[in-house]
Formats: sequence, C-alpha cells, structure tokens
Amino acid sequence: MKVMKIDKNDWAGGIGKIQSSYRLYGPVKGDAFHDFKALEKGELPDLNFLNTRISPKSVVYPQSEIMFEYSLDEKNPDHHIMKDAAKDYSPKAILGIRPCDAASFLLVKRNFDTTEYKDPYWIRSYEATTFIGYACNNPCSTCFCTTAGSGPFNEDGLDILLTDAGDCWYAKAITEKGEKLLNAAGWNTIAAGGSLKKIASLKKEAEAKISSLVSTDQLNNKKTTELYEAPFWEDVSFACINCGTCTFLCPTCWCFDIQDENSGCSGVRMKNWDSCMFPLFTIHGTGHNPRGTKLHRVRQRFMHKLKYYVDKYENGIQCVGCGRCIRSCPVNIDIRRVCDMMNSYDPEACACPVK
Amino acid sequence: MQNPYMPYPVRIDEIITETEDRNLKTFKFVFLNPGDEDKFSYRAGQFAELSVTGKGEIPIGIASSPTEKGFVKFTVNKVGLVSSYLHSMKVGEIMGIRGPLGNSYPWDTLEGKNVVIIGGGFAFTTLRSSIVSMLDPANRKKFKDINVIYGARTPGMLLYRDELATWERRDDIKMHITVDAANDPDWKYNVGFVPAITEKKAPKADADTYAIICGPPVMIKFTQPVLDKLGYGHDHIIMSLENRMKCGIGMCGRCNIGKEFVCKDGPVFTLAQLNATPREY
Repeated sequence: MKVMKIDKNDWAGGIGKIQSSYRLYGPVKGDAFHDFKALEKGELPDLNFLNTRISPKSVVYPQSEIMFEYSLDEKNPDHHIMKDAAKDYSPKAILGIRPCDAASFLLVKRNFDTTEYKDPYWIRSYEATTFIGYACNNPCSTCFCTTAGSGPFNEDGLDILLTDAGDCWYAKAITEKGEKLLNAAGWNTIAAGGSLKKIASLKKEAEAKISSLVSTDQLNNKKTTELYEAPFWEDVSFACINCGTCTFLCPTCWCFDIQDENSGCSGVRMKNWDSCMFPLFTIHGTGHNPRGTKLHRVRQRFMHKLKYYVDKYENGIQCVGCGRCIRSCPVNIDIRRVCDMMNSYDPEACACPVK
Repeated sequence: MQNPYMPYPVRIDEIITETEDRNLKTFKFVFLNPGDEDKFSYRAGQFAELSVTGKGEIPIGIASSPTEKGFVKFTVNKVGLVSSYLHSMKVGEIMGIRGPLGNSYPWDTLEGKNVVIIGGGFAFTTLRSSIVSMLDPANRKKFKDINVIYGARTPGMLLYRDELATWERRDDIKMHITVDAANDPDWKYNVGFVPAITEKKAPKADADTYAIICGPPVMIKFTQPVLDKLGYGHDHIIMSLENRMKCGIGMCGRCNIGKEFVCKDGPVFTLAQLNATPREY
C-alpha cells in the first residue's frame, strides 16, 4: 500500500477537509489527561500524548446508548410497543488511535458479530468508522503490546497508520477506506522511496523500548477447572476494592446492561456499560449470587480475558497490552503478573519448595 | 440486519394463578402481528425474554409446547421488579417477548430413548412443555418409556394440577407426583422429597435412558447422588440452568460458566459438560 508524506504545514488544512465529510474524533487534553472527543470544526487533535486515560472504545460503543423508544400513554395507538431510536451511522473517523486500541476492536468484534446473532448498534457504528492510527515512537513502561498480539506499529484494525518522522508525517494507507480518507484530506503527496525504510527503523526502535512482556503460550493447555481452583486467586484479589476502573478503561471489556428509563408517559430502552467487578452484575432475583465475593469477580475478569476467551476463539488473549488497567488500578493489581501466574500454573507443584 | 434486541409485541390473553401462595401465575400471550408466531418457532427447553415496557426484561422458560398453536405460555414466579409488575398486569395489556433463546433439551439424542423427567417446585415449566410435546400423537411413538417425578412442598404448590391429573390417567406416561407434606386427607399420591421418590421410582440406568432434572439447587444436590447410585452416567443426566441474564444472546457477559454462556450455549447442559466448567450458577 502507498505511503503519503504530509508536510506538517498541511496538517490543519487536511483535518479541516476531513471534517467536511466525516465526524472526526481525536485526542484532546483535559485538566490532566488526554481523552478522545468529537472534534469541533476547526479544532485540532492534540497528538502530544502517550495514550489516553480512557480507551477510545466509546467512539464505536457509547457508554450509554438508546436502542428503543416507547410510549406508555394508552391514547397513543402504538403504546407499549418498542420503536427503533434514530441513529446516525454517517461516516466518522478516529484520528490518533494507538495501534493497540485499534486492534482491540477486532477482539471485541468476535463478541458482537457472531454467526447466530449480530449486535446492529456495534456493527453499524464500527463499519461507519475509519481508523487513523498513530504509531508509538515512545511506548510507556506499562505497555506489553508486543507479547499481547499487537505492537507499537501494528496495523491490525487500522485503515491508516500515521508515523511521526520528525519533520513530516508519513501516512500509510492500509485499506481502501484509508485511501479514501487520505484523498478527502488532500494528503496525496507520495512519500519518497526511503519512507518505508524509515518507518521500519522507527518501528524496530519502538519495539526495542518495550521491556515488559507476558507469556501466554500455555494458557490454552491448562484445565479450566484447575486454573479456577488455583490458590493464587486469594492473593491476587486480596487488595481489590471492586471499583471497576480496570473494566471501565479497558479497550477490550464489552459487558453491558439493558435498562428502561421512563420520563412521564414515554421512555427509552438502553444499553449501558456494565462491569464484572460489581455484585449486581450477576445476582439472582432470589438473592443468590454465583459470583458473590470479590475473589469470584476478580477471578472472572482474568479468567475471561486470559482463559475463556482464549479457549472460545482460539485466537489469543482478550487483551492488547495497553497497560491502562495497570496504570490506573488504585491497589496495583497487575495483569502481567496474573497472566504469568496463570500461564505457569502447575496444580501438581507444591506451594512451597521441598528441601 | 435483524435486531436481536427487538421484542415481538404481544397481548396478554389469559392469566391463571397456579399456586395457593399466589406467587406463580401463568401468562398466555398472543402475538399482535400474526407473522411473528412463525418467527417465534421454538423447541421445548428454550426460553424467552419477557419485555415489560418501561420496566425491563426477564428470562423465562417457555411453558407452552411447540405443538400448541396460536399462543405461547410462561409461568412466572413473583420475585423482582419486572416479575412483580407483571403479576399486577391485566388481560388485554400490551408487552413484548423476545426469542426463542438458548438451546433446548437434546431432542435428537432423546429420540428412541426412555426419558425420566425429575422436577421440583416451580422449575416445571419447560418440563411441562416437554411432556405435552412428547405426548402429542405425532411424537409419542418417538420415545420409549416416559417417567415423571414431580414434587412440590404441598399439593397446592404443584403447577398445572389439572394436567397432572389427566396425565395420571394415561397409560403411556408414568407419573410419580409427590409433596413434602400433605395437609389434604384425600391426597392419594406420594409423600416425600424428590430424591427419595427418585430412588424408589426411577428406572434403572442403561444406555437408552436419559434423566432430565430441573429444580431448586437443594433438590439437585440430593438427587444427583441418587442417580449416581442408580448408575446414570453423567452424559445421561441433562440439566437446565438459570443465571442472571440481560441480552439472552451471549453478548452482555454476565451469565457465563467458564467459556459457556448459559443463555446461548445453554441453558441445557449435561452433567458431564458441567463437570468441566466452574460452578458459577
């Protein structure tokens, strides 16, 4: 695929042009952190960031989304019947998404786009989106993408990969969707022959900076029931306060709730993000809760990402190594450590060394 | 793209109070759009989300049989927000149902086999669907002996009492109805807990005999050792699970036991399958 060279002076103009045919989302700095927002006309994304605090999953999958509307007024002939809410699936683009976050959508797609059922909200929104990635020249210390199926220059799930080459941008078109956006932006100067080489060397440098790794090769061979009963869950979950920050920030967490919300004689049925960290997530009407303790819930989070998902799709772990859950956990629970404990768990081994 | 979250609109056609404590009611629904009944084509053992507009949805086993046409029936225990509101609703009111959802009892496997149905309390709804379906003249010859062990706390807590009496009089199904205790001097059936009656009445295990168990956890806990003693293999013990659900289509993430979703991969599992999963139900 073609690589375009974008002169830094042409940057703002191109973004303005993109906005005439796309709803554009990009990183914006708040008080202390960057987060993805819908950009106003003329507003520029701020690419001076390592990664956003919250993943960009809400661009495709809003935290709260109305599915249906209804009337409870019996004078209305269609009262109590669900009606589709109006939706906007016109083209949108997300600029500055990190490669790990873009790859996360491919993992989540396996949940929402299945042979039996298709979630029309997630799929339509995903299909309307063009993903303009931003290669990581300087990964964080908590990044472990290279051993989690992704990487600082990984192209999976991206339509375009932007690389900051110092004096200019290189934009590599990965899909036709990406080429279309580059045309719309008027970024059509083909980069000189050395650009691919330059990108490859930046990639090599960036990958070498990632020092934190996980091993996942044995997860598939472990017995589910043995991992479930492993003694280390007590230790792993001990400090957890079930705040749910990890699942909220995670680009690959997709769990949701469905709620009706009434206002007078009308209302909406909506999907809201939910979290396996909360007791209400699984409690039965009788009061019985199959995941009644925080140990159950912490174990569910890790077993889902690192064992159930691995077994169900046979395509790696449900984690892209972005490191957000590690950076934001108030009690320093580290998925890298848990992953290695699971990967190396041997139920036959004695808990303490025999002398 | 078909929207799996959109319920079919239905009208409540009939409400029957089933038990003496009035906590269980059977709702008979008629589809508002005639074409929707064909789309809602189901097998015994499946469930649906009952959608009470403005309150929410609840996953409930389908109590009517695929052989019964023109309506669908659900028996609902009054427990939480949605089921309590549903209990206050009247004939003629409009709501929705979404489904059918989940797998079903394994009817292909059960064909040509002896079937032992073991039920307790209000978990008899999809078992009723199964019995009505198996006893249909077009289906009865597909199965060998049918035994039904069904227990409740008292005679007044048994579901579908008229139908139970009708089945008692038939010679192509062996009914073993029991109650924990009878306050009725005319009670002419068994007295005792389901596990004890199972031990006495259930046929001996063989390769051609399958047991379907559905009931409260305590009943299952004490019935399983009895079936082990009778020699039932764990792949010949079929169970239907319940868990908290929302989407019913394997996406919202709460009802899983290991990698299996109770809503989509279940709710029916063999005990052999359950032995390989975490017991989070």
